[in-house]
Amino acid sequence: MEIYQKSCEVLRYNKLTDTVHDVWVNAPDIAEKALPGQFVNIMVPGFFLRRPISICEVEKTNIRLVFEERGEGTRVLGGIKPGDNLDVLGPLGNSGFSVDRYSSAILVGGGIGTPPLKFAQQNLEKSAAVLGFRSKANVIMAEEFRNATVCTDDGSFGFHGNTLRPLERLLLERVFDVIMACGPKPMLRAVVALADKYNIPSEISLEERMACGAGACLGCACKTVADSIVSYPRVCKDGPVFDGKAAVLC
Amino acid sequence: MLSTTFLGVKLKNPVIAASGTYGYGREYESLFPLETLGGISVKGTTLMPRSGNKPPRIAETASGMLNSVGLQNPGVDAFIANELPYLKTKDIAVIANISGNSPEEFAELARKLDIDGVDILELNISCPNIREGGKSFGADPVTAAAVTRAVKAASKKPVMVKLTPNVTSISEIAKAVEAAGADALSLINTLTAMRIDIRTKRPILANNTGGLSGPAIFPVAVRMVYEASGAVKIPVCGMGGIATAEDAVEMMMAGAACVQVGAAIFRDAYAPKKIIDGLEKYCLDNGNISEIVGAVKLNERDNEW
Repeated sequence: MEIYQKSCEVLRYNKLTDTVHDVWVNAPDIAEKALPGQFVNIMVPGFFLRRPISICEVEKTNIRLVFEERGEGTRVLGGIKPGDNLDVLGPLGNSGFSVDRYSSAILVGGGIGTPPLKFAQQNLEKSAAVLGFRSKANVIMAEEFRNATVCTDDGSFGFHGNTLRPLERLLLERVFDVIMACGPKPMLRAVVALADKYNIPSEISLEERMACGAGACLGCACKTVADSIVSYPRVCKDGPVFDGKAAVLC
Repeated sequence: MLSTTFLGVKLKNPVIAASGTYGYGREYESLFPLETLGGISVKGTTLMPRSGNKPPRIAETASGMLNSVGLQNPGVDAFIANELPYLKTKDIAVIANISGNSPEEFAELARKLDIDGVDILELNISCPNIREGGKSFGADPVTAAAVTRAVKAASKKPVMVKLTPNVTSISEIAKAVEAAGADALSLINTLTAMRIDIRTKRPILANNTGGLSGPAIFPVAVRMVYEASGAVKIPVCGMGGIATAEDAVEMMMAGAACVQVGAAIFRDAYAPKKIIDGLEKYCLDNGNISEIVGAVKLNERDNEW
């Protein structure tokens, strides 16, 4: 796996909601190699550990990163402006969304799990998206997806409810090869259960507290069970996308 | 100018990647060649495979981090079969870091690793002594010496004992393992620590406690390397929060013959290379690297208690 650690210039910045930031970064080496589902690990001034952020899309020599303020580190990161430089390590992750293996997919995004699915959709022949958010004020990137159903928990925008009913309707209406999902664990758990019910494979993108991001420290383990063998693969290097059947979402 | 001999092993420079921070040497090969480093202490190896602790295993702190990986590793046989052949192709000192739950287990590991390709054995004596209710071997001079003696009897390799800082007197432990036959010391391992999520009232780490590393522990490490190296005649490999070439010089002045770089790699993967380049520059201005080992001169104090 070829990875790079480079100081990269921020080209464009947009604020999508009060806490979600959208930046384009000039990172030619990373842009050339990046695959859907992969991520980068970004140095934050004043903080010891880097912050892992999924790659939302790639355009020529640039990568787009959409991230949410979760704590102090991402709040500082949210203060960047065009012209600033970010120290970026990537592309990271050996297992992304299998866009080469499947020709049709349902993409299910929950909140800040939505951005990496755009990169996946750009590389899929046929796809539909179901995107869920807490409220209208939290909706991001809805107009950037093809065949998208947008849901809000409070009904203030789009379908009133979570992503599961629209997902089940799609599964009943048409045949898809796979479900690809990224979002909070309760959503992923429910998506995997629906995939099992309709006997369709699922790929889920996981996150975990992470240090190196490159597979060296074994800090970001998650739990999987395959053929009744329990293992703790690394989210960073063995993932971040895992077979929904194998991943244990505790 | 940076080359040195440590325990009879030639190091092209005194900078070694610390155990658990560089895997088995493959992860960062696309950034710079593994052979840039003087050595690598590989991920801690146990007799049987270990799946490690439940996640979360990482928590950030001011100038550092906690980890509780729990010695996840494929076991010594898999290390010998799958990782050592690759390391043998590299011109780099290979330090096998081993952990056991009894002196016999340490000895068994040492016997299995008494093979071509392993240059030095590093004993992680911070792991729990199951017979003594889980207290760490390294917290007691008697058990620390027992592990050292068992390994020395089982292997012809040079043995470096990695000391835990979670003790009252590091000199006492240092002397005990020296008397038991240790060829070198390495220190410090991580400091036992804890962080609590104030919203959930629960520790961030699933294991509740973990080991603190990073620049936060550097001054503690300098003090302990100074004390330990003053207490023994065997050489000391210094580590704990080293992030820059200046840190490495400081650690060597405290008494370290070589250094290990660990958590700094997670922030800047080029940290070991930058430290080597910085040491090279330091030597151009100040002479051979071995001249600074233990070069600190203490201040005179007015009032001795």
